[in-house]
Amino acid sequence: MDKPFNNRAWFLVLPVFALVAFSAILPLMTVVNYSVQDTFGSNVFFWAGTDWYVQLLNSERFHQALGRQLMFSAIVLIIQIPLGVVIALCMPRKGWGVPVCLVLMALPLLIPWNVVGTIWQVFGRGDIGLLGYTLNRMGFSYNYVNDVGDAWLTIIAMDVWHWTSLVVLLAYAGLRSIPEAYYHAAQIDGASRWSVFRLIQLPKMKHVLIIAVLLRFMDSFMIYTEPFVLTGGGPGNSTTFLSIDLVKLALGQFDLGPAAAMSIVYFLVILLLSWVFYTVMTNDPDRQGGAA
Amino acid sequence: MAAITLERLAHSYLPNPRSDADYALKPLDITWRDGGAYALLGPSGCGKTTLLNIISGLVRPSAGRVLFDGTDVTHTPTESRNIAQVFQFPVVYDTMSVYENLAFPLKNRGLSRSATDARVREIAEMLGLTSDLERRAARLTADAKQKISLGRGLVRADTNAILFDEPLTVIDPLLKWELRAHLKQLHQKVGRTMIYVTHDQTEAMTFADTVVVMYDGGVVQIGTPAELFLRPAHTFVGYFIGSPGMNVLPARVEGDVAHVGGTAIKLARGYPDLPPGQRIEIGIRPEDMRLKASGEGLPIRIGRVDDIGRIKIARARFEEHDINVVVPEDAIIPGETAKAVPAPERVHVYADGHLVEGAA
Amino acid sequence: MSLTLQNVTKKAGAATHISDVSIELASGSLNVLLGPTLAGKTTLMRLMAGLEAPTSGRVLFDGKDVTGVPVQKRNVAMVYQQFINYPSLSVYENIASPLRVAGLAKAEIDTRVREAAALLRLEPMFGRTPLELSGGQQQRTALARALVKRAPLVLLDEPLANLDYKLREELREELPKIFSASGAVLVYATTEPSEALQLGGNTATLDRGRMTQFGRTIDVYRRPVDRITAETFSDPPMNFVSAEIGAGVARLPGDVVLPCRGPLSGLPDGPVTLGFRPNHLHLRRTDGDTASVHAKVAVVEITGSESFIHVRHPGGDWIALTHGVHELKPGSPVELYLDPHHMFVFGADDRLVAAPKPTAAAA
Repeated sequence: MDKPFNNRAWFLVLPVFALVAFSAILPLMTVVNYSVQDTFGSNVFFWAGTDWYVQLLNSERFHQALGRQLMFSAIVLIIQIPLGVVIALCMPRKGWGVPVCLVLMALPLLIPWNVVGTIWQVFGRGDIGLLGYTLNRMGFSYNYVNDVGDAWLTIIAMDVWHWTSLVVLLAYAGLRSIPEAYYHAAQIDGASRWSVFRLIQLPKMKHVLIIAVLLRFMDSFMIYTEPFVLTGGGPGNSTTFLSIDLVKLALGQFDLGPAAAMSIVYFLVILLLSWVFYTVMTNDPDRQGGAA
Repeated sequence: MAAITLERLAHSYLPNPRSDADYALKPLDITWRDGGAYALLGPSGCGKTTLLNIISGLVRPSAGRVLFDGTDVTHTPTESRNIAQVFQFPVVYDTMSVYENLAFPLKNRGLSRSATDARVREIAEMLGLTSDLERRAARLTADAKQKISLGRGLVRADTNAILFDEPLTVIDPLLKWELRAHLKQLHQKVGRTMIYVTHDQTEAMTFADTVVVMYDGGVVQIGTPAELFLRPAHTFVGYFIGSPGMNVLPARVEGDVAHVGGTAIKLARGYPDLPPGQRIEIGIRPEDMRLKASGEGLPIRIGRVDDIGRIKIARARFEEHDINVVVPEDAIIPGETAKAVPAPERVHVYADGHLVEGAA
Repeated sequence: MSLTLQNVTKKAGAATHISDVSIELASGSLNVLLGPTLAGKTTLMRLMAGLEAPTSGRVLFDGKDVTGVPVQKRNVAMVYQQFINYPSLSVYENIASPLRVAGLAKAEIDTRVREAAALLRLEPMFGRTPLELSGGQQQRTALARALVKRAPLVLLDEPLANLDYKLREELREELPKIFSASGAVLVYATTEPSEALQLGGNTATLDRGRMTQFGRTIDVYRRPVDRITAETFSDPPMNFVSAEIGAGVARLPGDVVLPCRGPLSGLPDGPVTLGFRPNHLHLRRTDGDTASVHAKVAVVEITGSESFIHVRHPGGDWIALTHGVHELKPGSPVELYLDPHHMFVFGADDRLVAAPKPTAAAA
């Protein structure tokens, strides 16, 4: 009697379960399987226990890749979130400018990753690239292939160019949902532009910004295609991020066991950091109050 | 505090208005004295919100001037007009406490901390918010939030006028009674010019000394609540004010007798020179008729009697017209057919919708 | 058909939204759910519709248990406070939409749409889209869509709350007429006592998830079972004062002595709470049994035809509603008259002990 509706509804969810099982759970289990075994090919496996994990967590190479990855994500968030919010604030609220801005903002998001990498690879070249050529003619010595700083700068610039739009669009949607009355009230109260931002726009944008930070963190933490196309992880290992390192390990060296262990650790790190971000940002004293 | 003068004020949202219909607000002249309580009353789309936005500076009028104490403020931006506004839906700064909300306008104007504190506490006391001062504003109920909005206007000493845009929309009926009375008391205490926009006749009439009734972008009548009720200048005012509205019946008036259908009604005044060719109607409020079983009066057929507690409304037909008669709660309804007897001094004559003054 | 709720309770976590509600709504009846915001009106409607399942208790349609049956299978029509229509469809298509979903024949759809539109005076609007309509017309379209479905259960959740006062008054008068012909169980939620009175029918008063009373609207108004129901069902708010009954009189604060007549007669000695409606706090003596009280004017509100005089008295803050315009200065003394014949008497447990006798011609 207490049971709401009937249980046949669960059958509707079944296909999704099957799909998720095939696309996520089974591969993940395979990876877990690999991570605790050793193989020399021809389907011969040896039990390795936690060896690969111990080795990974003590490996200098992993520490460095993880450090680079964290550094990259931090820089990306520090630049893209404020920049995205600022651009969203500058966008027109009504009139013909709105669709124009929205289309312009959406453009970079529509370009495939590898094309973005290729564009910047050409763009930055000293001989034929607009950016590289111009900088070199202006007297800066710029070469992203040989110089570590230049490589980082280029990758960051590329990511900012590619993904800030996402933050802009999310922030803009958040801003649009604020009723006019709030701006009128602030105007009447003599609030400064900064106060309006801090007391009205930022609190009301909070929820979309949480989503923006999470998305940008997860995406940047998993970045692969663009730096692979642009620098291939170099010069040296200076732009070898976790994902690039993982591919080198798995497909370059064919060390399936260590690579599997790294995948699992990689996955757990993303999960943990996303959870930390989410908890910190949604820690709102009002939400415990109950009634709205 | 300021007197507000609107001079040949008109507004159109179109760049090149041609006909009358293009105007959201047709030319009007109004003077509001310093410290008065005024209401703008009318249905949706009558132009009352446009007028409010012009006064607050959110909309620049297409024509005419707005004067505060004789100073032209037509092109002064909102923040320099020293006005306050309470909106339909509560607007508070969610992240601040009630205290900080109230102090905010003073802080922005660089008032000293001690002066701010004294003023905030005084206003909080007046509004009954003292015990909530340290609470987060976001956590309060809708009526408390509306008080905070009002408080942010009252807290400033230099407020020229406080504007209300349907402030009781989201308030429950019982709290409405409290808040309305509170507002009225506050007005009497602080003596600021207050302008209240609403579609609700009870709110407008109870709040204001003078009510401006608007319809279709124009002002149809300005008067005290009693004037609007007793002598509606236009059939629209008769219909819009009063619940149910005035009964309006087509008539032929000869001297001091109105012929409504087949019935003659005695009028208190004579109307010897009614303009020819105009539509003549008489208006009688449902409250201004008595029901009798027989005798003189409009023969009506009572369809339904709504007992709404302290009064009863008889919903009836007179010839081909719907007609309402209000009777006291203890009155006895004679039967299905009855005579509705109007009080002669309360029967008004309208020509093309406008009230005609009779001759004694 | 009839709708029956048996001991329905709805909990969400630790909070109880609806607590043990039992009610029986007859076919063709108009039923008002009256209560302030958060009293549980919307939750109760959602339970009736099958949008939510009760935590315990049963929902019966025509005696058949439908507790677990979802809303899609119940044939229910619902109209909300917000004007909800399909923005891209014309008014005609909006009204026709539930019939198209049901797969009715074209001719049948056309007949029904025209019939509903005629009742709600929407025919001239057929070609327009909802965005080109006024608020009143938008809500009429939503109502027509509910009507055309010929659902045996029609739920209206504060349908007039977002409309202008005057439009509200007109639609409120039309609504019972429009739906009475359909034979459906009509449930109408509102926060406004005056709305309940004008709609008539039956009223269920709600207070924090509890149903305090259910009966004919005018009966609930005239004999509220307890103090909270009386408070919920009065606009302007009912005045209250505590009194001590003894020796054939009721003694009120401020040395007021009221003779025990009408509802006060024959009561046992002891403390009670008296309630009286503002229209029975008079400025003039009405008959020999009235007692005069001296109060101070707090504020006076004038509507043009009536005055609401808010007063302070040692017994409480009261409102007097009187005919005509009475300009009284705030702070000035005023003499008012209490009439024992119009007193509601509540016992120590706030239950009604006695109510004024209904006047001569109760309809």
